[in-house]
Amino acid sequence: MSLYATGNQTVGPYLYIGLSWLTTPRMARSGTPGERVTIEGRLLDGDGVGVADGLIEIWQANASGKYAHPEDTQKKPTVRGFRGFGRIPTNGRGAFRFSTIKPGSVPGPEGSFQAPHLAVAVFMRGSLKHLATRVYFPDEPANAKDPILKLVPPARRETLIAKRVPGRKGALQWNVILQGEDETVFFDF
Amino acid sequence: MKKIAAYRRPHPGTQPEYDYPPYASTKKRHPKQPLVVAPQTLTEVTGPLFGYDDVKPGDQDLTRQHKGAPIGERILVSGRVLDENAKPVPHTLVEIWQANAAGRYRHQTDRHDAPIDPNFSGAGRTFTDAEGRYRFVTIRPGEYPWRNHYNAWRPAHIHFSLFGPAFLTRLVTQMYFPGDPLLEYDPMYCCIADEKARRRLVATFDWETTVPEHALGYRFDIVLRGRDATPQDVSPGE
Repeated sequence: MSLYATGNQTVGPYLYIGLSWLTTPRMARSGTPGERVTIEGRLLDGDGVGVADGLIEIWQANASGKYAHPEDTQKKPTVRGFRGFGRIPTNGRGAFRFSTIKPGSVPGPEGSFQAPHLAVAVFMRGSLKHLATRVYFPDEPANAKDPILKLVPPARRETLIAKRVPGRKGALQWNVILQGEDETVFFDF
Repeated sequence: MKKIAAYRRPHPGTQPEYDYPPYASTKKRHPKQPLVVAPQTLTEVTGPLFGYDDVKPGDQDLTRQHKGAPIGERILVSGRVLDENAKPVPHTLVEIWQANAAGRYRHQTDRHDAPIDPNFSGAGRTFTDAEGRYRFVTIRPGEYPWRNHYNAWRPAHIHFSLFGPAFLTRLVTQMYFPGDPLLEYDPMYCCIADEKARRRLVATFDWETTVPEHALGYRFDIVLRGRDATPQDVSPGE
């Protein structure tokens, strides 16, 4: 038997009524192994205006590069209490901010390894289905060989790589730009 | 690592496009560059798992979250969550939110001139059971106007959010009610080109789950992306 997946529909403007209970701006509690990072940015529309009714969700591996999921059968340690999931609403300016740990490298297609990254889903009014993108990390040699980044035209790769905020340890900036010159790369998986 | 079993790509016409002019807000909020088609990796075929301690008993009953009962017609909304291979999706989180019986959301930006119901918050959540079944008790939401076009009204609907077993199976959708005359005018409903797929967003009246002297039952089955028949993607042995 074969069915088609149910159609996606927009979250609409009142998404927080149903979704904000699971807001997790702090994804890793203290004591979680790994390099601590804070990622902040804005979700911007085609006019460069902040999307005030948006939400991003994050999915990531732990610092060893292991997902807290039964289909990750790598012989690597799991971290108790680290789910790897984040849900962060945007504020009135379209800004978001969350803290987590930098994930380790995880396997990629055909024997490759992927550079440390976060999977991101973007939800908002005006989007009939969520957008899929990724955050990669700055000064990371593995980015050059990442099998997914390699598929992105070189001029656009920078949109997926967070930037260091000078003078603040562990602070990274990463924006989601929906349209225009610096439009963020979105994926079709 | 063993082979990764990839998920199916959407069937043409069964999912909305990002750029859909009849829904005016998509204009400034859709990507203009083409999406980068990428293979599914371990990142995409895994996803967050939630435990029963993430929800409280009673979170699935939207009529008992306050001192009094909400105004409106009490209804029971139940169904099954399946994948594209018709296999039940067990123990997965289902979140819902909706307007009250007068068509007003309990949200500061909802300016519709309809009363707030102090006994109705409009949010619920639950897990599917081992057979993929879920059930909510709520009230039938009202229709409400919006500013998409002249005399625009949203049909009555309940927002649904589901996770499934992978980050790729994430789904947010809306459930509609059978016989609603507003459906054919609604850009959200009409954004799905395939008529059969569109109709699947409409719940059916369900005699079997209707409780005598208590509440009408509606059935809304949900299908999440399922695996391809053959594994596509190979990860390194480790």
